[in-house]
Amino acid sequence: MKLSYYPGCSLQGTALDYDKSVREICGALDIELVEIADWNCCGASSAHMTNREIGMRLPIRNLLLNQEAGLDILVPCAACFQRLKAADLALREHSDFWDVPRYQPEFRIVHISSFLASDEIISRIGDSIVRGLGDLSIACYYGCLSLRHPKITGAVNYEVPDTLEAIVRTLGGQPVKWSHRTECCSGSLTMARPDIARKLVQDIHTAAKKAGATAFVTDCPMCQANVESRQLDTVGEESMPVFFATELIAAALSGEYPQKQRKVHLIAPDVLASVFSGEAAREETS
Amino acid sequence: MSTDFIAPTSGTTKLEDKLDSLGIDVHACYQCGRCSSGCPVADFFDLSVMEVVRLASYGMEEKLLHSRTIWLCAACETCASRCPNDIEIAALMDVLRELTLRKGISPAEERVPVFHQSFLDSIRNWGRAYEIGMIGAYKIRSKDFLGDMKLGMNMFFKGKLSLMPHSIKGKPEIRQIFSGKGKEYER
Repeated sequence: MKLSYYPGCSLQGTALDYDKSVREICGALDIELVEIADWNCCGASSAHMTNREIGMRLPIRNLLLNQEAGLDILVPCAACFQRLKAADLALREHSDFWDVPRYQPEFRIVHISSFLASDEIISRIGDSIVRGLGDLSIACYYGCLSLRHPKITGAVNYEVPDTLEAIVRTLGGQPVKWSHRTECCSGSLTMARPDIARKLVQDIHTAAKKAGATAFVTDCPMCQANVESRQLDTVGEESMPVFFATELIAAALSGEYPQKQRKVHLIAPDVLASVFSGEAAREETS
Repeated sequence: MSTDFIAPTSGTTKLEDKLDSLGIDVHACYQCGRCSSGCPVADFFDLSVMEVVRLASYGMEEKLLHSRTIWLCAACETCASRCPNDIEIAALMDVLRELTLRKGISPAEERVPVFHQSFLDSIRNWGRAYEIGMIGAYKIRSKDFLGDMKLGMNMFFKGKLSLMPHSIKGKPEIRQIFSGKGKEYER
């Protein structure tokens, strides 16, 4: 299987480890990724929120770059996914308006969790697990942009999604039932209005904690950074680490959770580390 | 919000025409309140989401363009996804923000558009977001020098902030996009 790959800017900066884990698990699952050459920023929220033309033309350039290869585009970032889908929709409706003479692509824009939770890939993951998550209680946190607006994202179960839960169950973890899976964490406001982000993240943390979770898992790089950092400001020692879905898969497929990866978290990921070191310890003594 | 009547004593059809062209039908609103009740940021708004929609249908731009709400909206799309009458409320917020900037109205919530501008400047310069440059530009413009200092250092030492920008070859195309391609048709 061969896919185009659009990492997006976060995966070259604050979520560099997300990019590494995506590439690692795709390698392990026999999926070839071809990064779109010379891709540009999708504009994220800032562009479409303040300038419609720029907000559309930035992601359009990336879609046009992919036309020649024509492969489905795998997108790990929720914001990039939503912007590429919005541009795709706009071009399909009226390509001439955007100065694109012809737009009839064969390729689809694929968000990472839908892809990983698809029948074929999830069974490949299930078959390749070296070490499971040992019943770790995890709150699956989707946030906004991989789901909404469903007219753009095409998400069917946008209020009650199940892709992250399916992945966690396959890895041997326990997804908890909780209320804030698709609530916004206000990532786009976190710098200008940290007070708002703190309140929203505190609510999300409280809900997950009540449900018995010991960690979060997400697929959105903005959520990962925002929910980890704003917990530090608010709930302090009660903070729970936020894992990327691909990070958990990489650990399960390799059977180890490396020291280097532990260090990139703002909140110590001891819960996951102890699952793996515990198993290792048991194996060593047996 | 104050208890002033929001009857359509004044207003133009220009906003309505703009919304029409984008398929945003604010007149379809029957004030059920699903948008307002689901909004994660509602506690911080000066106008509730349903008030924004109604004011838009009355063409009352001034009140909307001077509100904090349009800047505090996080574009999470919860309101639009749940609207029973299929009103594109988040897209309406986009239109209102852009109109505020185009008209040169000073944004009621200053730091938010400063953040957006700093982010966009880094894309204009490099083709991709350059976090350290963007943060620096934001700090200087917003004069928010101390906020999140510790967090920034923490992220830097964890290797989460790249020192160098990622520059792309297609920068001339990006500059063209930023120089206003499409604007020749005043859209």
